[in-house]
Amino acid sequence: MDAAFVIEKFILVAVIFGVSLLIAMYSTYAERKVAAFLQDRLGPDRAGPFGILQPLADGVKMFMKEEIVPATSNRWLFMVGPGLAMLTACIASAVIPWGSPIAIGDRVISLQVTDINVGVLYIFGVVSLGVYGVMIGGWASNNKYSLLSAIRAASQNISYEIAMGLSIIALLLLTNTLSLKEIVAQQHGWHWNVLYQPVGFLIFMVCAFAETNRAPFDLPECETELIGGYHTEYSSMKLGFYLFAEYINMFISSAVMATLYWGGYNYPGMDYVAATLGTTWAPLIGTAVFFLKIFAFIFFFMWVRWTIPRFRYDQLMNLGWKGLIPLAIANIIVTGVVIAIVEKF
Amino acid sequence: MSTQVFYLVATLSILFSLMVIFAKNPIHSVLYLILTFFTFTVHYVLLNAQFLAVVNFIVYMGAIMVLFLFVLMLLNLNKETEPAKSPVVKIAAAIAGGCLIVTLIGSLKAVSINSPLSLQDPGLGLVENLGKELFGPFLLPFELSSLLLLAAMVGAVVLAKKDHTEEA
Repeated sequence: MDAAFVIEKFILVAVIFGVSLLIAMYSTYAERKVAAFLQDRLGPDRAGPFGILQPLADGVKMFMKEEIVPATSNRWLFMVGPGLAMLTACIASAVIPWGSPIAIGDRVISLQVTDINVGVLYIFGVVSLGVYGVMIGGWASNNKYSLLSAIRAASQNISYEIAMGLSIIALLLLTNTLSLKEIVAQQHGWHWNVLYQPVGFLIFMVCAFAETNRAPFDLPECETELIGGYHTEYSSMKLGFYLFAEYINMFISSAVMATLYWGGYNYPGMDYVAATLGTTWAPLIGTAVFFLKIFAFIFFFMWVRWTIPRFRYDQLMNLGWKGLIPLAIANIIVTGVVIAIVEKF
Repeated sequence: MSTQVFYLVATLSILFSLMVIFAKNPIHSVLYLILTFFTFTVHYVLLNAQFLAVVNFIVYMGAIMVLFLFVLMLLNLNKETEPAKSPVVKIAAAIAGGCLIVTLIGSLKAVSINSPLSLQDPGLGLVENLGKELFGPFLLPFELSSLLLLAAMVGAVVLAKKDHTEEA
């Protein structure tokens, strides 16, 4: 392990972390602008041109607010909760290939922090840990509504994880590998997995909405029933962390969906571009395409939030257990049969 | 280097397992248990069993412990509601535990540490090899255990259904 390699990875980690935070920050702005657009309003437009400095103003506001730790709460866990939410939101980005390797001079730099051979499962594991921040925070608040929200989050997370796992299995039948790098490489040009696994993608996307606690599945923070949900007792930047973690989760799950199903950094005509621009600039265009896809997904998340009303809790469970799981199993069987037939003939 | 890491992680495993038992609050116990499972994951990685590591991570840390927490939060157990055991039970438990430790020490004494255990095939724990092993030589036990799990699942659903009709 030479020093250049360590420095290179360190820079990559720092950049990914910074970009995640920046995108999460501007997602809050985008969310309000999209909501405004969908509701025929203007949205935030006071801070800077087009309200572009709004996230900064919000951040400063969050930091300046009084910090309250409830007297009856479990102090230590109360503080761990938001930290854990941020941690689990950020670590999933380590295995996502952000672009094809870039050649600078005679050095080839991989735009993936680490290519572990169980990348898909790693993402899945991190997703399943994501609920701990909510659960611990909700329990430590020592508030009935927070506790109810924590319990809802746990059951929702567990339920939708199953359907998500099953939808990934159907995908893995096609890819024959668990490494995200290879999964993306297989989708060269326009051979995107969504063309072969449309049902699997649909299930995965619905589950991603549920796992990130986004509307229409944001029952853990259902204001009409639970005040603020698990973050009722939180104030100042601890609250900010919870809200922020949700946007990072949204960013990461968009990236995962784009990687697994929508070809990652691949796009039609990439061979021509690679031949024309060389190995330094072509990968950057691929990365730009990848981010375009991510932004499209983030927009979709917001679009859905401001279009579809929140589910009722029993509807959520019915959809998860009686709708998505049987559908995912059927998808696996059909995929398996088709693969067997194709291989035979 | 991996030996030092092993000793560090092993110490942490033992420490966290002890904390599981000694923590007064059941929720704290579960949280320490999660940390214990995390150290197990690190052990699997050290043994180059990446698939097992990540499955341990997903299943135990991500799913089973969430359910534990879920149940504990639902019951809302705490120090005050914990029932006090009678002295007879405590003595019986101490004797049973003592017997177990004697047995364990007795069996461990027979193991001699002559050379550090080395893996015959470092790639054994990788997904591909594990899959080939499971669906090759160990196909029957694998399928049987999956049948067992299916039976348990169906049983749980049947029990839940039965409750439902009685209420209605």
